[in-house]
Amino acid sequence: MDGISNKSNKNEGRRGFWGSVRKLKGQWQLMLLSIPMLIYILIFNYSPMWGWITAFQDYKPKLGIAGSKFVGLKNFKWLFGRADFIQSVRNTLGMSVINLVLGTVTSILLAILLNEVRQIKFKRVVQTVTYLPHFLSMVIVVGMAQNIFASNGPLNLLLMNLHLVKEPIFFLGEGKLFWWLVGVINVWKEVGWNTIIYIAAMTAIDPSLYEAASIDGAGRFNRIRYITLPGIKSTFIILLIMNIGHLMEAGFEIQYLLGSSLTMDWSQTIDVFVLKYGISKQQYGVATAAGIFKSVVAIILLFAANTIAKKLDENTLI
Amino acid sequence: MANIGSAKKTGRVRHDRAFPIFNTLFLILLMFITLYPVINTVAYSFNEGTDALRGNIGLFPRVFSTESYKSILSDSAVYQAAWISASKTVLITLLNLFWTSMLAYALSRKEYVLRKPITLLMVLTMYVNAGLIPNYLLISRTLHLSNSYLVYIIPTMFSCFNMIVIRTYIMGLPEALVESARIDGAGDIRIFWQIIFPLCKPVLATVALFVAVGSWNSWFDTYLYNGGKKELYTLQYLLKMKLATTQASANAAKATADAMKSVNLTTPVTIRCAITVIATVPILVVYPFLQKYFVTGIALGSVKE
Repeated sequence: MDGISNKSNKNEGRRGFWGSVRKLKGQWQLMLLSIPMLIYILIFNYSPMWGWITAFQDYKPKLGIAGSKFVGLKNFKWLFGRADFIQSVRNTLGMSVINLVLGTVTSILLAILLNEVRQIKFKRVVQTVTYLPHFLSMVIVVGMAQNIFASNGPLNLLLMNLHLVKEPIFFLGEGKLFWWLVGVINVWKEVGWNTIIYIAAMTAIDPSLYEAASIDGAGRFNRIRYITLPGIKSTFIILLIMNIGHLMEAGFEIQYLLGSSLTMDWSQTIDVFVLKYGISKQQYGVATAAGIFKSVVAIILLFAANTIAKKLDENTLI
Repeated sequence: MANIGSAKKTGRVRHDRAFPIFNTLFLILLMFITLYPVINTVAYSFNEGTDALRGNIGLFPRVFSTESYKSILSDSAVYQAAWISASKTVLITLLNLFWTSMLAYALSRKEYVLRKPITLLMVLTMYVNAGLIPNYLLISRTLHLSNSYLVYIIPTMFSCFNMIVIRTYIMGLPEALVESARIDGAGDIRIFWQIIFPLCKPVLATVALFVAVGSWNSWFDTYLYNGGKKELYTLQYLLKMKLATTQASANAAKATADAMKSVNLTTPVTIRCAITVIATVPILVVYPFLQKYFVTGIALGSVKE
């Protein structure tokens, strides 16, 4: 015991760069445990950033980055001159906002409803069932959507039987419906899963608050309004900031798989654009430029949301 | 005054009784909506092919047939794809647990000199991504991993997010465990492998579920890197290709329907649904066993925020 405490005292005595190096010699086992994955991320996460240079080049795979010609901002100018790129930016933001609003509202609502369920077994069954679609792949989900939303599918049949529509709606081929289709499918897939974090926040609320409110005569809706909702406010704000940082990520799997030539004007997101020009047409420079544009906007959005949240919090404090 | 008060009270009581009933009914409806597409797919997969083209199949097959499954189960490409999917999922999951928890332990040690710089480099990768094209160029042109089984394994055998989740868990374990082992003369490798790793079971179960499902469900890596090599196709990629063919046939809807009527007992739609069922069953089997773990796992992940 004494020996060890002496040793750690000695170690604390050595400071500065050389002290750290000497200390590191005694930590070779920890280095052995961590250096392999450090090298791994340097290769797989950091070295590709070198490829960003291609956005400023007339990149030819045969010549490589070293041999290709620099063209300045030509790739970016080309992008913003293209109607389909502007469209894909619009589609990305449109679908992201729909996903964010629909997704947040529905998952908070469901979390509140689940929180009000008293029979634990029933609650667990609902949770098990609603988490399930989260684990299905997008390929499978899109396949199911093609059946459900087909012009002779169950949804159209239901709508016609209820006399809400006379003719079947062509859900999958109507460009203007595409954003909402994606929103609805995403809600179906993720609403249960997204409640997990809100339910966790709700279980952290002190039960005596509810008791006190009941004694003071607050009904169910007032208890939800004045205790549950304020209880999940900080979780909501953190998630909102993170989601705003992800507004440029409308996803591409669902748009790529569900979109068709009929809906392309409304379904193509930036990621699908990058895939089309980068992989299929091999215009690497242009596609990388589109990717960089996306990342830059995402970082700006993240910081903007964070700043606004901080200011709002200060205001509420005053 | 007293009257008004009691009226209000009974109103609230009635309202308080009505709400749980509506709530229960609504949640049952929600479960129905959640399960409907899944059951619908199963119904399609057991329906006779040409009849399925008429659509309007609900929860039960209209003309029962097992032809779709018979034709799939006689197709060697499906077996090959199932083998690729299953083997890569198992390999990636094991490798992930090993590498990720190893680093998580090292970065949980407060005395480790390189802890801060390495953690910073790890966390940054969660926010800054080089993007699709630079990654593609690295993997296919620099490392020449395309058209190989390795492209499924190497680029996805480690995840920073999961590492942080496991590290948070390890840091919640009592410090005395490590200290007493050290007094007994154990080195860090031994402490990690014999003491910490076995204690991490709950969090490792969560991470294993996420990694395994992610790997089982991926099709994009096959599309990007192994599209030209049929023997490396995965189940999800087979499905993705079927999706394209059913869409094409849906676009040319009725003409093909008539043409197919006389020829086949199976159609792309029923075949696709049958493969969907086969690709979903493994998830349905594993899911209930791991469910109790992943809710805690998510809570752990949120602690770091």
